[in-house]
Amino acid sequence: MLKIDKSHYEALRCHGEETYPYECCGVLLGTMNGEQRIVTSTARCGNTRDDSPHNRYHIDPRELVRIQREGRERGEDIVGFYHSHPDHPARWSPTDLAEAHWFSCSYVITSVAKGKAEVTNSFELSGSDEADKKFVDEKIEIGELESKPQGRAS
Amino acid sequence: MAKIQIPTPLRQYTNKRESIEIKASTVGDALSGLLAKHPDLRRHLYTEDGKLRAFVNVYLNDEDIRYLQKEATTIKDSDNISIVPSIAGGARQ
Ligand SMILES: [Zn+2]
Repeated sequence: MLKIDKSHYEALRCHGEETYPYECCGVLLGTMNGEQRIVTSTARCGNTRDDSPHNRYHIDPRELVRIQREGRERGEDIVGFYHSHPDHPARWSPTDLAEAHWFSCSYVITSVAKGKAEVTNSFELSGSDEADKKFVDEKIEIGELESKPQGRAS
Repeated sequence: MAKIQIPTPLRQYTNKRESIEIKASTVGDALSGLLAKHPDLRRHLYTEDGKLRAFVNVYLNDEDIRYLQKEATTIKDSDNISIVPSIAGGARQ
């Protein structure tokens, strides 16, 4: 299961609207808690697939190295990724599976129809290696921002 | 010692450790040292004929070793080696 705050959930959906008709992509950071991945921040990435950005995405690994390092400094791990499908359903494609290598991480896909974010689904990459990997549907639990106690000095 | 950063999906093969310190003089030595400590990692990083898998990116600090001297790239004690599987996909085949 993927647990994500409403603000982060809206942010990744908005990203897909902004880049429409091209695919957006980004990283989900947070903590792994058994079968749960808890998102505490998101990082937008550029799509390097200038040759076919409407139906392909690729994140520059150099950007990933930086995001991973900055996350580590905040105590966050990479727990998943997101991208959009412009005018295409929010289901993983054979290309998505072939290019997925982060086991036990969440791959979130948002369908963006005519510029408007519609369905957002998440899939966990399960299996143990390239030969037996598969995407498994997972529940997205959308939480409200935890309100911090106000007006009290600690 | 140089530090090798292990990405989340591969930590199941390193006893959950997120980084491993290795004494080595090249990137290749460091990776060999890592595999000696954690042999289950091998098939996830290398093909059967011993080449780094195409989707496995190895970075020395902020540089892809493919654009340095690959596995022969020399390293210093303060260096960070990151193993980063690639992230890509697309809506259509
Ligand atoms: Zn896709």
